[in-house]
Amino acid sequence: MHERAMRIAIVDESASRASIIQEGLSQLPEAEIFVLTDRRGLMARMAEIAPDVVLIDLGNPSRDVLEEYFAVSRALAKPIAMFVDASDDSAIAASIDAGVSAYVVDGLASHRIRSVLDLAVRRFNAFARLQAELATAQGKLADRDAVDRAKRILMDSKHISEPEAYAELRRKAMSTNRRIAEIAEAVVTAHELLEGK
Amino acid sequence: MVDRLNIGFLPLVDACLPILAQEHGFAEEEGLSLKFIRDVSWATVLDRLLYGHSDAAHLVAPLAIATTLGRGRMAQPLATPFVLGLNGNAITFANDLAAKLTSPGQLGDPVVAGARLREAAQAALARGQPLRLGVVHRYSSHNYKLRYWLAASGIRPDEDVEITTVAPPYVADALASGEIDGACVGEPWSSVCVERGVGTIVLATAQIWRRGVEKVLAFREPVLEDKRGPAEALIRAMRKAGRHFIDPENWQVNAAILARPEYLDGAASLILRSISDRLVLAHGAAPVHYGDFMFQYSEAANFPWISQAEWLYSQMVRWDQIAFDPLDAARAARVFRPDVYRSALVGTGDALPGASSKVEGSVSALMQVSTQQGTITLSPNTFFDHRSFDPADITGYLASLP
Repeated sequence: MHERAMRIAIVDESASRASIIQEGLSQLPEAEIFVLTDRRGLMARMAEIAPDVVLIDLGNPSRDVLEEYFAVSRALAKPIAMFVDASDDSAIAASIDAGVSAYVVDGLASHRIRSVLDLAVRRFNAFARLQAELATAQGKLADRDAVDRAKRILMDSKHISEPEAYAELRRKAMSTNRRIAEIAEAVVTAHELLEGK
Repeated sequence: MVDRLNIGFLPLVDACLPILAQEHGFAEEEGLSLKFIRDVSWATVLDRLLYGHSDAAHLVAPLAIATTLGRGRMAQPLATPFVLGLNGNAITFANDLAAKLTSPGQLGDPVVAGARLREAAQAALARGQPLRLGVVHRYSSHNYKLRYWLAASGIRPDEDVEITTVAPPYVADALASGEIDGACVGEPWSSVCVERGVGTIVLATAQIWRRGVEKVLAFREPVLEDKRGPAEALIRAMRKAGRHFIDPENWQVNAAILARPEYLDGAASLILRSISDRLVLAHGAAPVHYGDFMFQYSEAANFPWISQAEWLYSQMVRWDQIAFDPLDAARAARVFRPDVYRSALVGTGDALPGASSKVEGSVSALMQVSTQQGTITLSPNTFFDHRSFDPADITGYLASLP
């Protein structure tokens, strides 16, 4: 059976996340995907696109505006919050957990909604994972930088070798039950204060 | 044992009571630990409540009723045992328009400002560019109080002007860009408009209805039943937070707490204005004291009067243009739960009204009311047009409105 191409609008102020979701949804057969990242002119674009499905992240301040637009829209096929149809509560719960909400026009086959939602949830989770990994990597880099600087300060002020400086940081960390990076930051901060930086 | 509750909120000053209950240890005294989930739209606050991310949420009161009645999404009964505050919103206009409505820096007179706005609205309409006014949500008291004022001033909200939804953090931008001509929004967002010089506060919503219900603490009804003990503990903790909140000694420290990044993430100096009921109404003007601006704690301000829920339902019928339905009215009334409020506070010495419903807008001079415990003297709770709302006759009330 031939199905008309489904028009999916992705509303996301994060262009990088939007493109990750778009890439995921492009696997869908018979789907046309539109990405809206700009808050200004959002409703006018929405009217032009006349989407069957709208995906918007839970952290988007435009959600209330969008819901109002759908409520007063004179279009025949206006998307409504997916919660109106509670046939698949677990899928909705999964999407809320992932941080995405969906609006769907009435009458769209539920298996088609399901496949969009599943893909969107997977992509949202993947993006969150990437963000977390990036944050960890950045944290590690910052930690390493602080430890290097602290070692240098100790080496210069106490005239000790690099392994000895590291051993001092580690000893202090163990005795105070803190991370080496925290001790290193304290050393750097104290040094900056004393140097009047 | 400590009970944990997750509370959803939007960064607005009237989210203060649960936050201060936690920060000042009142929650802990009641055996509670509160965790907060901050969001930026009411839709998301509601989704998290409905899907269990939060146990309770700071919510615009009409949205609790709309959700219960299934307006816009599947019906899910909500229950609100506690009103988080009365009023606290302002109506702010672009500077040039504001100067036509009042003398900038002074609060307008709602009758006079309404009549002048009517002229401005008609002129704008004749030019083919109707005035655009922003509200924070279709189902907000902001929307209902703005519309109440407009309609009573001879301005038809759906024909003579355009009312549009604007997220609170974007109100100042929307005024600056001319996207809207005015807005009704909660603090600190009107003060942000004034500070940026893009808007002038003309009215406080308290001038439209002196004791108008504002945000509520909402639970899913089954969750309130399951967590009845912790919910009642939270009510007691929030009453203690309210007593702390209204004491001028604590204003500075409370403004500083609310300003933190995890709560409102804003300027303590602006938050202090609504806490102290001292607002700067126009850029560079001296602060004006208006004691009713945000009404907290006193006169059982947090008591969920069933008549308040019924007034909100009457406005939903009025502006959604739906037929009055006695069953819906009863379901709307049940959203407000004075029984839970009473059960939480009985024996604490806190004042409890004797009745659960009253004729709203009927108190025009100080009035001692009968109580279950303690004493309560109600000060005027009038609507600016002197109408009153008798919950026993909602259809008659609706018929009497313009």
